[in-house]
Amino acid sequence: MTVKTIRQALHEALEQEMRRDPRVVVIGEDVAGGAGTGGGVDAAGGVLGVTKGLIKEFGAARVIDTPITESAIMGAAAGAAMTGLRPVAELMFSDFLGVCFDQIFNQAAKFRYMFGGKARTPLVIRTMIGAGRSAAAQHSQSPYGIFTSVPGLKVVVPSNAYDAKGLLIQAIRDDDPVIFCEHKLMYDLKTEVPDEAYVIPFGEANVVRDGDDVTVVALARMVHYAAEAAETLAAEGIECEIIDPRTTSPLDEDTILESVERTGRLVVVDEATPRCSMATDIAALVADRAFQFLKAPVRRVTAPHTPVPFAPSLEKLYIPDPDRIAAAVRAVYGYGR
Amino acid sequence: MPTLSEPGLLSAAGSAMLRQSRRGPTNEGGYVVQLNREALIQAWRAMTTIRHFEERVQDEFSKGGIPGFVHLYAGQEASAVGICTELGPKDTIASTHRGHGHSIAKGCDVTAMMAELFGKQDGLCAGKGGSMHIADLDQGMLGANGIVGGGPPLVVGAALTAKTLGTGTVAVSFTGDGGSNQGTVFEAMNLAVVLQLPAIFVFENNGYGEYTGASYAVGSHDIAGRAGGFGLPAVKVSGDDFFAVHEAAREAVERARTGGGPSVIEVDTCRFYGHHSGDAQLYRGKDEVKGLREERDCLKHFRRRVTEAGLLEHAELDAVEADVAALIERSVAAARAAALPPPEALLTDVYVSY
Repeated sequence: MTVKTIRQALHEALEQEMRRDPRVVVIGEDVAGGAGTGGGVDAAGGVLGVTKGLIKEFGAARVIDTPITESAIMGAAAGAAMTGLRPVAELMFSDFLGVCFDQIFNQAAKFRYMFGGKARTPLVIRTMIGAGRSAAAQHSQSPYGIFTSVPGLKVVVPSNAYDAKGLLIQAIRDDDPVIFCEHKLMYDLKTEVPDEAYVIPFGEANVVRDGDDVTVVALARMVHYAAEAAETLAAEGIECEIIDPRTTSPLDEDTILESVERTGRLVVVDEATPRCSMATDIAALVADRAFQFLKAPVRRVTAPHTPVPFAPSLEKLYIPDPDRIAAAVRAVYGYGR
Repeated sequence: MPTLSEPGLLSAAGSAMLRQSRRGPTNEGGYVVQLNREALIQAWRAMTTIRHFEERVQDEFSKGGIPGFVHLYAGQEASAVGICTELGPKDTIASTHRGHGHSIAKGCDVTAMMAELFGKQDGLCAGKGGSMHIADLDQGMLGANGIVGGGPPLVVGAALTAKTLGTGTVAVSFTGDGGSNQGTVFEAMNLAVVLQLPAIFVFENNGYGEYTGASYAVGSHDIAGRAGGFGLPAVKVSGDDFFAVHEAAREAVERARTGGGPSVIEVDTCRFYGHHSGDAQLYRGKDEVKGLREERDCLKHFRRRVTEAGLLEHAELDAVEADVAALIERSVAAARAAALPPPEALLTDVYVSY
């Protein structure tokens, strides 16, 4: 067991799976980098360095640099997946789904059902989410809710390096298309990560913190903000139970419902915009299936229904923070008392 | 005579002339007919199966037995069969919304196809795909596609699999003149060139994208001509002439299989029906289809050519066609009699595991 960053954990997962299975290939823009330049290959290794070095071991046939051509990358990965490879395609920023959504939404996600159960599409799409770098409206979104709404896709939203490795290995070994969302501000976040390969099953939430007063469901970076808020609240005598679903499709409904049955109070924290979102989805789940246990209205702490702003001052207001989470928890905790 | 695009590197007629010294009858294009009797009969069987299938689907659709929409391939048979004659079962194709012909040419089971169109449990996709999503991965048929321009990127992927795993197979996308204008197609062609993949992009120009003429919608009026801009060799052939299509396919497949990379074939063809069955076709001339059926019927051309060259007899062709007619009749009876998908099928096969 070694302390590793999320970047290292993801790299290790790719490296170990590529060694294990020759059908695993990495494809995307600058996954090695430097092709067709005067400099050396492997000039980039992905924009955030996750795939750096892979080309040295596995060669250009399995670490495939592409032009900037998202539709062709996603389509090629889907077509390769249905014919015998296990591609890990990189969609550099999740915002770019706008130029390739058909190949994910109408093609990869649908093959199995519309072909009567005969197709397998073992495809992983790694993509970057999240605001906080002043990357503005087209490089900062968290559209995992859009992916989650599509039957046929699985969606992973890890919050730490241990989960990132186990979930990515599971994604690569999975026979369905998986969208793997990596938060751009979390690549350097460290946890202990086993050196050997391991999998974390999809649809199993992680209870990050036990507590009996308020259930807080949070995703990706918001897990850490929720934990920060929980520390503050504990000092005030309010105990939060923090649930990190880890995958939004499948969603571990049971863990959320069981917790709410105990606490009677729910706050959902989601960096994405609020309409038709995971926050709304989880709130609806609880309203539908655990209404009789609720002691207070469900509160959602989300981004506003706006594009992500550029100015750091505005972006700070856009992203949910520990203070807003704590305020929401206090509100539901105090409701009816 | 096939015409070359610039830079026209793949010439059905030109390179075939180099083989003039070979024995065998030649066709009108001047090149050697490369197929033996058995292969010619197989091609005739496939083309007549498509024609009979489509004519019957038109009837059954009009009578209300087939739900949804069907887009008929009648008139274009020489394209699908001319190309697929060169492909083996492990080679792959991706098709369009007008996919019945490609499916039959690639070896999909006709009875299961008919059942699929009727929305029955015995259908090729268990009644869950329908006309626009017919697929049979075991036959290398990666699916008809409801999205115009959806297939070519998938074919790049199939070709990537072939190259990466060294299977020696090739992957072919069929796209219409309408689809030829989609950005996905341009991206697919470029990526196939960049990665030097064994992919073939076939553009079936039937003159119409939905209800709009290709002469309006294809800005350059030359689909094959665009290929040069992507660094792809291209050839344009008449879809009335099975042999011209086949010769172009033979060269493109050989090129792809031997590591020569991707190429483009534009097939100048025509459709005997509308965009979809039931299309009033107000955009077509009064006797246009009648004229096409008289002058440009690829089945008639095939029959004339093989009989005049003494390769096959009329009686042999008639016997095959009678077989085919009986098969289609049985397939309709079977489709009508087949069970509907059970209600629980609604929820199955969304995922392998979930």
